[in-house]
Amino acid sequence: MRRLLLVLLLVSGCGARGTSDTTVTVFAAASLRAAFTAEAEAFEREHPGTHVALSFAGSQSLAAQVQQGAPADVLATADLATIARVRGDLRGDPEVFAHNQLAIVTAPGNPEQVTSLSDLDRPGLRVVLAAPSVPVGKAAVAVLAAAGISVQPVSLEDSVSGVVGKVRLGEADAGIAYVTDLGHAVAGAPLAGTRTDLAIAALTEGGEPFVAFVRSPAGQQILRDHAFL
Amino acid sequence: MVLLMAAALGLLLVLLPLSGLLVRTPWHRMPELLGTSQVQQALWLSVRCAAAATAVSVLLGVPLAWVLARAPLPGRRLLRGLVTVPLVLPPVVGGVALLLVFGRRGLLGPVLVEAGAVPAFTTYGVVLAESFVALPFLVLSVEGALQSLPREPEDVAASLGASPLRVLRTVTLPAVRPALAAGAALSAARALGEFGATITFAGSLPGRTQTVPSAIYALLETDPSAAYALSAVLLLVSLGLIVALRGRLR
Repeated sequence: MRRLLLVLLLVSGCGARGTSDTTVTVFAAASLRAAFTAEAEAFEREHPGTHVALSFAGSQSLAAQVQQGAPADVLATADLATIARVRGDLRGDPEVFAHNQLAIVTAPGNPEQVTSLSDLDRPGLRVVLAAPSVPVGKAAVAVLAAAGISVQPVSLEDSVSGVVGKVRLGEADAGIAYVTDLGHAVAGAPLAGTRTDLAIAALTEGGEPFVAFVRSPAGQQILRDHAFL
Repeated sequence: MVLLMAAALGLLLVLLPLSGLLVRTPWHRMPELLGTSQVQQALWLSVRCAAAATAVSVLLGVPLAWVLARAPLPGRRLLRGLVTVPLVLPPVVGGVALLLVFGRRGLLGPVLVEAGAVPAFTTYGVVLAESFVALPFLVLSVEGALQSLPREPEDVAASLGASPLRVLRTVTLPAVRPALAAGAALSAARALGEFGATITFAGSLPGRTQTVPSAIYALLETDPSAAYALSAVLLLVSLGLIVALRGRLR
């Protein structure tokens, strides 16, 4: 193995990571893409020589990667249950650092006139949800069940950006995502009473400054700018 | 008539999606779409890792092909069959298998953690996954050529006192060079397109493990135009490869 690695090193030059710059690897829920991209930029400005490497995916998939030993310094998930699954890998308890809210998302202009949960079981409407293992999928199942609405989704995506992507491409008419996804590319309506908790924790000592930054007034302002609560 | 129609449908099945991609690719925005740092990182990472995986395939695959074709091994046919399993194995299964051996909690995990060299979720992991799927192409191609090669020149060289390594280098390899080139090209193409095993075993971290196929998958959700552009790039690479290999693949 050692020799194989050596060969790989020689032929690929892949191993050139030992520069003086430090890298903080942040695994963040897909719903945090825009906000954490901005957080990373602000953090890098405040810590010259530090580079933030961001990886966005469904929280459950990031937690699974952490469990398998993926080298993350920070983990931020879209709910507390998911981050609790990797408690043994965390430095300290996960902290709630922001809130989000579910929303119905539709294609721009809302051609199918979907405005409330009760529209989602309309026959012929192509609805896309996240899988129940994804925080937003789990929350969507709960809110649909509470309203007594049964939806036959055409796809169960593995992250909220999968839901938004399918709606944006026009491959689905509507989906359940977050209010933070309501931007220029998708329309929609917030769902009252569906507040969610986002949780963050450092996995290594190197991740702690980033966690502190996200929780600082400057970091919290960035989250508010991106419609987090 | 029925046959012709079926043939035409078959042709459409292949050509329609490909031309659809080429039609929908925003060509005039290519420089801008391919210029973003995520795309640049993915392209560069893919090139490096595919090159490394091809090198691994050649370095390990040629001796393996030679053993399979020449060495008086018991169970050689079984061995040959096993080597080609990754050709038909669903890539995601390959990724799971790699994780179960080379992951932090895999069979070799304790040893690898001790050595500080866990390849899962690192760039090395990408190379490992790509090598896993690419190696059989090289082995099959070279082994086939070795099988059909007359043995006499090798025997003569050996009888004149050349060591096996020297025979391989000076007699055998030059004779199978076209097959070696074709095998290496196929390995490179397979490595470049690898997705399932890579995303399972190495994840999708921009700059470190997010190769072009993983980037396409991620971009389809956030920036579809960039995904189309990158897809077109991979399609053009594939077309170029087919042209370059014309007449070699039979």
